[in-house]
Amino acid sequence: MQATQGIGKPAKERGVSGRTFRAAAWLGWQIESNWADPLIFFIYSVIKPLSGAAILVVMYSVITNGAFDDPMFAYIYLGNAFYIYVAAVLTGVSWTVIDDREIYRMLKYIYIAPVHVPVYLLGRGFAKFAFGSLAVFITIAAGVYFLNVPLDLSLVNWPLFAVSLTLGIVMLAMMGLVLGSVMLLIVNNANFMGEAVAGALYLFSGAVFPLSILPGWLQPVGYIIPISYWLELLRRSVIGQVAESFPTFSQFSDIQLLAILAGLTALFTVLGFVVFRYCDHQAREKGYLDRYSNF
Amino acid sequence: MTLTDRVPKNSGWRLFLQTVVGRAYPRIIGLLRELSWFFFEVFLPVLSVAAYVFIYRAIGAEDVYIGFVVMGGAMTAFWLNILWSMSSQMYWEKQTGNLALYIMAPNSLMAILLGMAFGGLFSTGLRALVITLAGSLLFNVNFEVSNYLLLFAVFMLTMVALYGMGMMTASLFLLLNREAWHYANLAQEPVYLASGFYFPIKSLDFWVAAGASIIPLTLGMDAMRQLSFSGGAELGFLPVRTELMILVALCVVFLFGARWLLKYMERLAVREGRLTESRR
Repeated sequence: MQATQGIGKPAKERGVSGRTFRAAAWLGWQIESNWADPLIFFIYSVIKPLSGAAILVVMYSVITNGAFDDPMFAYIYLGNAFYIYVAAVLTGVSWTVIDDREIYRMLKYIYIAPVHVPVYLLGRGFAKFAFGSLAVFITIAAGVYFLNVPLDLSLVNWPLFAVSLTLGIVMLAMMGLVLGSVMLLIVNNANFMGEAVAGALYLFSGAVFPLSILPGWLQPVGYIIPISYWLELLRRSVIGQVAESFPTFSQFSDIQLLAILAGLTALFTVLGFVVFRYCDHQAREKGYLDRYSNF
Repeated sequence: MTLTDRVPKNSGWRLFLQTVVGRAYPRIIGLLRELSWFFFEVFLPVLSVAAYVFIYRAIGAEDVYIGFVVMGGAMTAFWLNILWSMSSQMYWEKQTGNLALYIMAPNSLMAILLGMAFGGLFSTGLRALVITLAGSLLFNVNFEVSNYLLLFAVFMLTMVALYGMGMMTASLFLLLNREAWHYANLAQEPVYLASGFYFPIKSLDFWVAAGASIIPLTLGMDAMRQLSFSGGAELGFLPVRTELMILVALCVVFLFGARWLLKYMERLAVREGRLTESRR
């Protein structure tokens, strides 16, 4: 028994998290993609986000007579494109609970397998991250080539972009773990939770309009949402000149925003595992791991 | 009562009606039993409506567009109901094992679909009403209805054509398995775009808008917007009476199409043994 704990673990068990993550990511990839041939799946993966972006483009075009050079358009378009990650990663991690408990009814088998369950959930979310990245790339490329989104690759602050993107994805994954953990305790409405959270964050994070557009009493909500800071950093790194046109976070330097994002990522990392531990215990106590609601 | 006692049973049109009522009942009563679903199904569209309203405000749109968004947001409830509770319903029934029972029972599958449509129309109508009221109150939408009778006629025809379309596509889903979920998922945003849920359909290219008119909500919403908002007529795609005639044609095509396709697909599904397969 002693040999299986701490540094005395056999080599096989020490690598359990890595193996869990890889296997979960591969499983997630297969579940998401193997229902169709690659071409249909590719079309499926990009048509939904492109349609979402096209709705905004038409709305913008109708009102402004196609003034795509205005900084507001780039603000809306890129915010919407990067928000694809929020829907993919945050809801991707949390939806795994519904997928495995209700649809495939495999959650109980995952629990009795030699895996680390939170890492398994994160691994499943990684597959969604991969598909989300494809959608983000294609959406931005379409914006640059067809709609004059002023993205000049030589002017992109790549180090800031890479650090912001990485921190943000880790933060979203951990927020997803918090949400997924809570879903372990929700039986009847769990399938709505991911959408509700993603929808609320879309509205309050300034993804598609500056926070100053919100009524005064709602603006503080935007300032306490971590995704607002993440999107601001991404905009600054990719299209700095556009971000300067909207002074929502002008009081913060890039370093200060990065520090805030890093702090929030650390907070959600701790919170993710703590909340999971609590919810996991409660779900076992109440017998929710093996409960179907036919959602 | 013993097992040998005869139980009076309906047949013919009485059985048809009984089936319609029987299948509509859980849809209506479910609304009252699971109120939290009602909350989420109103709350989520209101969030989307709010986001689109603020986008319009950020780019300085006129108030009429805010009204368009609120109406579009309310109509999403009907489209989602068609996708997830009509079209893909046969897939869900297959997953839960009910589909084989529907086929075995001495009733018409068409009556079951009609029951689902009536029940869905009632419960979704209630949701759409709440979304409209919430959106109108939150964003001060001014409705200036020019012709209530015509508005009612357009709405009813849109619903008949839409649910007819739902019944028709439901038969196609008889043949699908796990891909059903993905196809239904795929038909959300592209239809929001093509049917102009959040902008006047006139903004699209004429032929794109004409093609999208196969979805009854496209012309239905356009006509309702023309009749409900001051300045709506200027943003209309076709004259209201033309749209009304096309909706009548769509009602006929979809209802007869549903009847024919359902029989054909049922035979095909039986022949290919797809009624009980369950591949998740």
